Amino acid sequence: MNLLSPIKDHHSERRLFIGRAIVASVISVMLLGVVIARLVQLQVFDHELFAEKSQGNRVRIEAVPPIRGLILDRKGRVIAENLPAYQLELIPEQVDDIDDTLSRLAAIDLIEQDDIPRFTALSQSGQQFKPVTLKFRLTDKEIANFAIQRPRFPGVDFQPRLVRHYPHGELFAHAVGYVGALDTRDMQRLDLARYAGTSHTGKTGVESSFEDNLHGDAGFRHLITNARGRQVPADSSELLDSLPMDETPSPGSNIYLSLDLDLQQVAYDALEGRRGAVVALDPTTGEVLALVSTPSFDPNPFAVGMSTAQYDALQDNLDRPLFNRAVRGTYPPGSTIKPMLALAALATGATNLTRKSFCIGYFQLEGDEHRYRDWKPEGHGPVDLHDAIAQSCDVYFYELSGELGIDNMHEYLTQFGLGSATGVDVLGERPGLVPSREWKRNNFRSRDDKRWYHGETVIASIGQGFMLATPLQLASAAGALALRGSRFKPHLVAAVEDPLTGKREIVEPEFLGSVAIDNEFYWDNILEAMHDVMQGPRGTARTVGFGADYEMAGKSGTAQVVSIAQDEEYDEDELEERLRDHALFISFAPFDDPHIAVAVIVENGSSGSGVAAPIAKAVMDKYLGYAADATK
Amino acid sequence: MQLSNTQRVLSPRAPQPRNFSGLVRRLNIDGPLLGGLLLICVFGLFVLYSAAGENSSLLVNQAVRLGVALIAMLIVAQLPPDFLRRWTPWGYAVGLLLLVLVLTRGDVGQGARRWLDVGIRFQPSEAMKLAVPMMTAWFLHDRYIPPRIGHLAIIAVLIAVPTIMIAKQPDLGTSVLIAASGIIVIILAGMSFRLMFGLGVLAVPGALILWNFMKDYQKQRVLTLLNPDSDPLGAGYNIIQSKIAIGSGGLFGKGWTNGSQAHLEFLPERHTDFIFAVLGEEFGLFGVLTLLVLYMFVIGRGLYIAVHAHDTYSRLLAGSISLTFLVYVFVNTAMVTGIVPVVGVPLPLVSFGGTSMVTLMAGFGILMSIHSHRKLLPH
Repeated sequence: MNLLSPIKDHHSERRLFIGRAIVASVISVMLLGVVIARLVQLQVFDHELFAEKSQGNRVRIEAVPPIRGLILDRKGRVIAENLPAYQLELIPEQVDDIDDTLSRLAAIDLIEQDDIPRFTALSQSGQQFKPVTLKFRLTDKEIANFAIQRPRFPGVDFQPRLVRHYPHGELFAHAVGYVGALDTRDMQRLDLARYAGTSHTGKTGVESSFEDNLHGDAGFRHLITNARGRQVPADSSELLDSLPMDETPSPGSNIYLSLDLDLQQVAYDALEGRRGAVVALDPTTGEVLALVSTPSFDPNPFAVGMSTAQYDALQDNLDRPLFNRAVRGTYPPGSTIKPMLALAALATGATNLTRKSFCIGYFQLEGDEHRYRDWKPEGHGPVDLHDAIAQSCDVYFYELSGELGIDNMHEYLTQFGLGSATGVDVLGERPGLVPSREWKRNNFRSRDDKRWYHGETVIASIGQGFMLATPLQLASAAGALALRGSRFKPHLVAAVEDPLTGKREIVEPEFLGSVAIDNEFYWDNILEAMHDVMQGPRGTARTVGFGADYEMAGKSGTAQVVSIAQDEEYDEDELEERLRDHALFISFAPFDDPHIAVAVIVENGSSGSGVAAPIAKAVMDKYLGYAADATK
Repeated sequence: MQLSNTQRVLSPRAPQPRNFSGLVRRLNIDGPLLGGLLLICVFGLFVLYSAAGENSSLLVNQAVRLGVALIAMLIVAQLPPDFLRRWTPWGYAVGLLLLVLVLTRGDVGQGARRWLDVGIRFQPSEAMKLAVPMMTAWFLHDRYIPPRIGHLAIIAVLIAVPTIMIAKQPDLGTSVLIAASGIIVIILAGMSFRLMFGLGVLAVPGALILWNFMKDYQKQRVLTLLNPDSDPLGAGYNIIQSKIAIGSGGLFGKGWTNGSQAHLEFLPERHTDFIFAVLGEEFGLFGVLTLLVLYMFVIGRGLYIAVHAHDTYSRLLAGSISLTFLVYVFVNTAMVTGIVPVVGVPLPLVSFGGTSMVTLMAGFGILMSIHSHRKLLPH
């Protein structure tokens, strides 16, 4: 090889090399100089920009939901509280295929197949980093089951959260209501900044109408997160330096109800197994002491989330457990309005205290074959106004209806609060109906229907026909009777308490007005008649009031569900249970110094005095401290 | 051994090999070079510990590789340059053969066919990093310097064949480095600047043709470099996060193991190709410059050894090894700081990884051998 190689000049070669090496060194230094210049640019001139970006990278602001206020009864016993529970959450931005993840979760029975579309919609509607709750309360078994499968479900995790809990179950379901998961409609309605991080909102009852007080205000905290958005444990303390201050959430206010747990229980027990409602209130303040609607339901599944099937079962139940009969149920008030109409008749001169009718069991208008029947087929014989109330003679009221007239009935019944919403502090109240000529003119189409017929006045005098009232309205009217015309707005919430300062804002009684009857003599007589309904020798509910340790007053009512054909004896046993008359009763006590007014309705209960009155009595006994079993 | 004889001739009163510096000379080790390399490696291990999430098993793994690499360096340092030169063509031929084997029956990993499994799994392209400059230097050793145009054409083939084969694996980073190591040899050999300029002009249409042959992900890398913000979550993510890491480090950094970009996993490839960003984030400009100074010292020492080498082969090879090391450093730091496209080039001696460390250290072993086996006079 050496033979083939040219003569080499090592000195010039080395000089050439040194020259090239110097050039190479210069280029090297220049190249590294470029890198260093770049580093100076990044680390010195643009340092602040990148420091900020680095901070923004790792710090995430997370809303901290406030703790929802407690709901307590008038004696401070807990009706709605918050319990810790584990819930299953999905963070949309961390899940590649939401539908696939959801169907795999359904496959291991953590969620229901039917709920997948709902969760998909929720995952798409909110902010992508905000967790969507798939299940609110996981059982220990579900936690264990999911824990081992967690790697299969990136973006799905269980989190400890506070879950609303109603320790008394169905007892307060209609009065207090329940909270449910925020749905897309709620999200449009609510202030999202305030509800950032909140999962539930009040849906019905006090939970809904006092949502503003109960909810509180969201706080926020700064989290250190890694590139995958997962929070880094706080013990990486050096990374937590220079974080902005967090803002703690302000908890929601505690709500003190005027309801009494014991009274509620008594009313509920008394109604159990029937469809009906009990409303008891303190007539001197309007405070609602008990508000029960049966059948009821357990509100807890609403708070923890229930399957569509569970919900449908409640919704489709023939007895309509979700229906709040106490404020939304409208019933013909029947004879319960007789004391009010009696007062109206006295005030307008349509009758007087001495006038007597002879009751033969039915009443006929002149020139009309139609028999308006008394509840007592054989008739009451001669009755005055007192007897007509105490014995609930229909014929007496049929007779005076012509002189009183529908417009006077409307005028006075309206003053007792019937026919319009009471303004109670739970949502969804129905106004009921007190008919009048004007109402009929405005609400019917055909000319014949727009006319008011005399026969309609006749049946209106015993609270039938078009007339409708809610149990709450009847309780309020009973209270107005007890106070000789004074009416206070019924309310369930007694006080709102700031949980931090303990300061309570008491809900003051709101006076709604007086019934325009000044003659105390009229009141004395009509209230006396109501007293005799329960404690007089011939009162319809005398068996209920007999032997009681205190004086009370009441009025029974029986409202027809179906009209009975003329001259046809009806045998209630032959009728479907659901076609039986509704049983109603209003009452108040103690007679001389009334502190409780009660309205009871038992759907298809047949007899107001026989079925509804004992329930009213039980509630009054309990409240006034005369209950046989005081501890119940 | 030849070393000790030379030493005795040069300095008869040289200290006995009983003490440390004597031992270093006896082992054909260049003290300053070794010192610089060890400083880089120790610094690198510190950065790696933090970059790997304070994972000490990974650190031990890297330390073991470092040990193996140092032993490789020590062994290579004992081989006289003449011996290396004689065996160069054979080494180059075996290297090419292995590359053919890789392309036909290599293991696939991360979308590329780069590995060969012969008892141990390794990348033959790593061996070519040394074989190509050695072959180029070997070719020029006996020929007229500066090289003639015909010789340059042959050398171009010698460089191009392995480069293209490696680019086809595909491994763009390594092929760039290998081409560079060969080209550096001919530049150092005195190829005329006019010719280089002419080739540079020709390179423009060449680059356009190359663009058409590039794989989509390679094109994407170039495009991403030009505008990283165009695809912040995709291909541009690495560069954006790496710039944030370095920039937020400032002058003195966030402190060792306190880099939020690295520790919160925003920075991808943080213990391999992008470890320089971790260094920048945690030690700031100060730490980055320290490492660059160490690198410059090693490169400078390498060039010093090249200039003092006694034959063409040694001189060109030593120069190429030193300057290729510089290319390594430049390509990695420039890519991490967003100056050049992201090509898979690790930060030498610092990034986690085995084969490249052994190759690098073997290269430094060659430098040491060249320096310690100098003959008294040119032949």
